Amino acid sequence: MVTAAPPREVNVWAVIARIFLHAFLICLGVVVLYPLLWMALNGFKTNAQIFGDPFSLPHAFSWANYVTAWNRGVSDYLTVSILVTVASALCTVLISAWTAFGLTRTHMPAKPLIVGFVLGGLMLSPTVAVIPLVKMMQALGLYNTYWALIVLYTAFRIPFSTFLIRAYMLDLPRDVDEAAVIDGATERQIFWKITLPLCRPIIVSCVILHVLFAWNEYLFAMIFSGVAGMQTLPVGLTSIMARVGTDYSVVFAAMTISALPIVIVFFAAQRYFIRGLSEGIGK
Amino acid sequence: MAATAARGLKWMSAGGTIEFRPRDLLSFRWIAFAVILLGWFVYYPIVDNFIVSTTDEDIFTGEVSHIGLANYQRLLDDPVVWTALGNNFLYAIISIVFQVFGAFLLAALIEGLESERLRRFWRAVYFIPSAISITVTGLLFYFIYQPDMGLLDAVLRAAGLDALMRPWLGDEGTAIYAIIAMSQWQGFGYSTLLFAVAIQKIPRELYDAAIIDGAGPFRRLWNVTFPLTREMTGLMTIITVTGAFQVFNEVMVMTGGGPNNSSHVLGTWLYQQGFNLNNFGYGAAIAAVIFAVTMVTGIAQLLYTRRRRVQL
Repeated sequence: MVTAAPPREVNVWAVIARIFLHAFLICLGVVVLYPLLWMALNGFKTNAQIFGDPFSLPHAFSWANYVTAWNRGVSDYLTVSILVTVASALCTVLISAWTAFGLTRTHMPAKPLIVGFVLGGLMLSPTVAVIPLVKMMQALGLYNTYWALIVLYTAFRIPFSTFLIRAYMLDLPRDVDEAAVIDGATERQIFWKITLPLCRPIIVSCVILHVLFAWNEYLFAMIFSGVAGMQTLPVGLTSIMARVGTDYSVVFAAMTISALPIVIVFFAAQRYFIRGLSEGIGK
Repeated sequence: MAATAARGLKWMSAGGTIEFRPRDLLSFRWIAFAVILLGWFVYYPIVDNFIVSTTDEDIFTGEVSHIGLANYQRLLDDPVVWTALGNNFLYAIISIVFQVFGAFLLAALIEGLESERLRRFWRAVYFIPSAISITVTGLLFYFIYQPDMGLLDAVLRAAGLDALMRPWLGDEGTAIYAIIAMSQWQGFGYSTLLFAVAIQKIPRELYDAAIIDGAGPFRRLWNVTFPLTREMTGLMTIITVTGAFQVFNEVMVMTGGGPNNSSHVLGTWLYQQGFNLNNFGYGAAIAAVIFAVTMVTGIAQLLYTRRRRVQL
C-alpha cells in the first residue's frame, strides 16, 4: 500500500506483511522473467534437450543456433524492420511536429475543426481499414513493398504523436517566439530554431513510442509485406517457424534476437518512455 | 497560446463574419501532410469499408455485385461471429480484472515500498514483456503451452498436478483462456507503470493526514489512493476494452482461431474471411462491427478526458 510506515513502531504483523509483500513481488518477477530466460536459454540447447529436460541449463553455451537463425533469414528481417521503423519514425515525428506547430503557433482558420480531424484519427483502428487498404495499395503499386508499411505506420501514428507534441507545445512559454517575430523571424525559422529544439523531450518520447509500435506491428506487416525478402521481424518469425520445421532451438534463438533490441531500447530510454506513456494517456 | 485559441474560437463562433486575412491560409502548409495522409490512408479506407461491406466479389471473375445489407444478415446467422464476439468480451472482462484492478493494486504495493531503487526496479521488470512484440510472446507461449516440450505442463508435472496437464491450445475449452492468460502476462506491467505514475502525483500530505487520523494501509488505499487515481482507472478501463476488441496478433500466432473456430476473435475472423477465403465483402462487414464497438469506446474516452480537463 502507499504508506510510509510510521517510524519506531515495531509491529510483528507489519514485519510479516512486509515479508509477504516482498515474497509476492519476487514470485511475480519470476513469473514474468522466467519464460523470457527459458526462451533465451532454449536458443542454446539442442532440440533433444528442449524436449527432454525443460528446466535444465544448456549443456554448452554454443552460439550455433543463433548463427543459424541469423543466416536463415533473421538478418534480412532485421534489415527490413530497421528500415521501416526508422523511416516511419522520422516521417511521423516530423509531420506531427509540423502539424502541432500549425495548430498551436499560427493564425490558421478553422483550427478546432482541424484539431478534431487529426485527433479523431486516434479512434480509428487499423483493423477496420485493412480490407479497403489492400485494394488501395494494389492500385498504387505499393502492395508487397515496404513503402506500404512506411506510409501506413506514418498515417496511423500521426494522430497520437500530434496529440503528444501539441499538448507539449501548448504548455511551452511563447515569449521567445514573440521576441523572434519582432526581430523579423519567419514561421519557418521559429519552428526549426526555437520550437522544435524546445520540444526535444517530447520528440524523443514520440520517437521511442513509435519505434515500439513499428517494431512490433503485425497486422499490416503480415498483409502488406508478406512475401520473402520484404518481411519484418514479427512476420519473419512466423515464417521461419514454418521453414526450419521442428528445429525449435533455432526458432527460440530467432525470437530472442528479435526481442533483444527493443528491451535494450526500453532500458536505455526508460525516462522518455514513461513520460510518453503517461502524457499520452492522461492529457 | 491563449491568443490563438481565442482567435480560433472566435472564428468558429462568429460564423465566418470576422476579419479574414488571406495570408492566414498559408498556415495550412504546416498541416497539409498530416491532413492528406490521414484523409487518404485512415479516413477514406474506413468509409470505403462500409461500401465494400455491401458488396460481394466473385473471386474467379472479379465481378462485384451490390447485395445491400446481406453481409450483415449473414453476420447474425454466423455462429463463429457470436463465438468471436463472446471471446472479445471475455478478453475485455479478464483484462479489466488483471490489467486495471490488478495493476492498480500492484502499483499501490510498489509505490508503497520505501526504497526508490526497488520501486524503479519492479516497475521496469514488470514492464519488460510489454516492450516485446506480441508475436514473440505469442510464439513463446505457444511453446510453453505445448504438451510435449512446454513449460506449463512440465511445471504441473513437477508439482504433482498431472491431472491438470493438457494440450492447452489444442483444447476447445481452454484455448481462448490460454491466449488471454498470455495477454495478461504481457500487458499488466504496462498498466502498472501508468498507475504508478498516477499514484506518484498524489500529494504526500494526504497520506500523512490519513496516518494522523489513524488510517491503516487498507483504509489509506481505499480512501486516498483509489479515489485520487479514479480518472486513471476510468481511462484504463476504456482503453482496455478498446484493445480487447482489436485483438488480433496473439490469437493469429497462437491458434489461428482454432481448434474448431473456438478461439476466434472478430479480428482473426475478419482476416480468415477477407484474406484466406477472399470474402472481402463479408470481412468488411465484420470490420464494421469492430468499428462500431471501438467508436463507442472512443467517444466514451473523449467525453471522459474532456470532462476531466474541465475539472482540473
